[in-house]
Amino acid sequence: MKIHKYDTVIVGAGGAGMRAAIESTKRSRTAVLTKLYPTRSHTGAAQGGMAAALANVEEDNWEWHTFDTIKGGDYLVDQDAAEILAKEAIDSVLDLERMGLPFNRTPDGTIDQRRFGGHSRNHGEAPVRRSCYASDRTGHMILQTLYQNCVKEGVEFFNEFYVLDLLLQDVDGVKKSAGVVAYELATGEIHVFQAKAVIFASGGTGKFFKVTSNAHTLTGDGQAAAYRRGLPLEDMEFFQFHPTGIWRMGILLTEGARGEGGILRNKDGERFMEKYAPVMKDLASRDVVSRSIYTEIREGRGCGPEGDHVYLDLTHLPPEQLDAKLPDITEFARTYLGIEPYTDPIPIQPTAHYAMGGIPTNVEGEVLADNTTVVPGLYAAGEVACVSVHGANRLGTNSLLDINVFGRRAGIAAAEYAAGADFVELPEDPAKLVQEQVERLRSASGNERVTEIRKELQETMDANVMVFRTEQTIKTAVEKIGELRERYLNVSIQDKGKRFNTDLLEAVELGNLLDLAEVMAVSALARKESRGGHYREDYPNRDDVNFMRHTMAYREVAADGSESIRLDYKPVVQTRYQPMERKY
Amino acid sequence: MSTSTLEKHSKALDAAEDGASHSITITLRVRRFNPEVSEDASWQDFQLEMDPKERVLDALHKVKWEQDGTLTFRRSCAHGICGSDAMRINGKNRLACKTLLKDINPEKPITVEAIKGLTVLKDLVVDMEPFFQAYRDVMPFLITTGNQPTRERLQTAEDRERFDDTTKCILCAACTSSCPVFWNDGQYFGPAAIVNAHRFIFDSRDEGGEQRLEILNDKDGVWRCRTTFNCTDACPRGIEVTKAIQEVKRALITRRF
Repeated sequence: MKIHKYDTVIVGAGGAGMRAAIESTKRSRTAVLTKLYPTRSHTGAAQGGMAAALANVEEDNWEWHTFDTIKGGDYLVDQDAAEILAKEAIDSVLDLERMGLPFNRTPDGTIDQRRFGGHSRNHGEAPVRRSCYASDRTGHMILQTLYQNCVKEGVEFFNEFYVLDLLLQDVDGVKKSAGVVAYELATGEIHVFQAKAVIFASGGTGKFFKVTSNAHTLTGDGQAAAYRRGLPLEDMEFFQFHPTGIWRMGILLTEGARGEGGILRNKDGERFMEKYAPVMKDLASRDVVSRSIYTEIREGRGCGPEGDHVYLDLTHLPPEQLDAKLPDITEFARTYLGIEPYTDPIPIQPTAHYAMGGIPTNVEGEVLADNTTVVPGLYAAGEVACVSVHGANRLGTNSLLDINVFGRRAGIAAAEYAAGADFVELPEDPAKLVQEQVERLRSASGNERVTEIRKELQETMDANVMVFRTEQTIKTAVEKIGELRERYLNVSIQDKGKRFNTDLLEAVELGNLLDLAEVMAVSALARKESRGGHYREDYPNRDDVNFMRHTMAYREVAADGSESIRLDYKPVVQTRYQPMERKY
Repeated sequence: MSTSTLEKHSKALDAAEDGASHSITITLRVRRFNPEVSEDASWQDFQLEMDPKERVLDALHKVKWEQDGTLTFRRSCAHGICGSDAMRINGKNRLACKTLLKDINPEKPITVEAIKGLTVLKDLVVDMEPFFQAYRDVMPFLITTGNQPTRERLQTAEDRERFDDTTKCILCAACTSSCPVFWNDGQYFGPAAIVNAHRFIFDSRDEGGEQRLEILNDKDGVWRCRTTFNCTDACPRGIEVTKAIQEVKRALITRRF
């Protein structure tokens, strides 16, 4: 076991982690721990753009953006946070441009902007061009630009270091962050990183679904570490299903395709979104579009031999426009489906995409131990966190924005905190939990396989807690997850070595997914209403009287060692916008 | 309101929508190496039932998840954007997640081995550090002088287009590890580093072009390129790598970029 000491440790090297690192490295001695290499993170898979009311191509302002974000989130958004997001969006985009990001340009040479779902002029009048973009690889360009600037700033990375535990210590009755414990993939060695400030920026958890746009590595490691150490997880029932994933594969096809004029059609060729969202049509919010797609499929208007998908039709757009604005996604259609999007519509279905919930933070990125108490020295930003700027449903282009605005804020806040703080003493035997976990898995001889449990988990999540949910389906999922958690105790792996043991880490990741899936399902069961991405067929309406509040899920361990989930609730911060009926 | 395209399905669309499984048996022949077990590398065959529409990555997963958990490779996004899974498939550098079985003749054994020129650490995993070091050495970031503007820097669409191709790089190392010069001399910067230098040299906003050109004028720099076009063939992003290298060479001669 090795012990390292840094002022600030950042967990994750995606957009949020690297944006934070650029700030914190200037102000404090910083280490970035990532289970991949920095440019491998899933920020790079984001396509369509980053929202900011630059008003480069038409009238726009941050207040409209704030409103759209709150409405898009079905009024579960904390309005003070949304206002910060929309206001700081403008400088965030300009900062990236100055760092070198090659945005597409207008004829005037300014940053070009395009339409995106849920972003509107003057509180819903019509779609507005707010998404700043670099072809259909905006996330890739953000990730590359941030890494380039990390190279410039001399950010110190520990690549292929898996953070498996968070160290919290009681200091005079206050729970404080003392550091993290990491597993080095190359050697199997365990490292303790003592740090004055820790920032979790470890991304999402979509891999508990089968059809998902998420990378294999998005297994909620940060959320799970915090949760197991007694910190709450907020709004985990809210998961976004992106309307346009490649049928059965789940690979993302950007909403920017519809922003450029693409149309969703059913088997009759009908532009069905006109029925569900007369004003915004194909550019309604993602939850609305995904439900509409499944309604078409359920009512027998789906496409293909099994009627289980619909089409994204780009055939009416000029090939030059597709080549210039959507080259990557048209290539995905060619590579993975063997079709030509110039002339063929693309078979699509909703795909599990984004966790709105996560580790609760305030607007400075400080992690909360309950509804109000900050954990000194602990921060979170990006998809792992819940500020909450996305509420019950995130708008497209607001996640690339989130990682930049709140990654930057967390990086500054953490480094400034570290400058005035002392190291918290490490607990005795700080790596104990991780050592036990790793040794147990390496020496286990049970007859359960990771593959089988993961497959069953993904199948039950797709079947029971996806776009449509009922009490019965969620209960089925809770029961199944409980059974899988039992079986997981009996899991064994084949690779017993120390060198690049990804077999071992897949088992660890599955444990994280199981914990988080259970939190998600239990949170969903208790929310007896429909709001944003959480749609209950048995409670089809939003219920502001009883459920205009954030869910806070805590892990409870009884005296006999048995675990349970305790749900609590936190009020939504409302400033200037009163909840209204949501129409697009 | 139907459209003509939807009434007349192409054969390709019909094939794409055919959800039935058409499994065939394939042989995946993998170059194994694990110094914890043996100092020698060896080939191992795996028989798999696969749909030809599946990817080589799916085949590797099937081995790892159902037959041999010790098989080790890097992967993440699984659709060609993160750059983790470059490997030599049937002797050619490709991304395992972008290579469909049907496109590489699944009738014959499919060989999979680690990319060349970088030290193999285990199975398909290589030491990426020399590759990233070469990248970092070309100063891959925007260099400007003077005060930052209050708004964005202006750039015409034509100037933006000038370096568009080289912004697509995902640092997967498929190009660099396909280069015979790099195989023989690990000191050579390699195509990927030059591509990323190109991305800034030809960016109208950048003022560090001269510095980067001097770095690439070095004995291990751009002049080592023998124009074999392996890199261009290998690039999973379709970047015209050799052309980019030629443009850097030309810029070194003319000092105009």
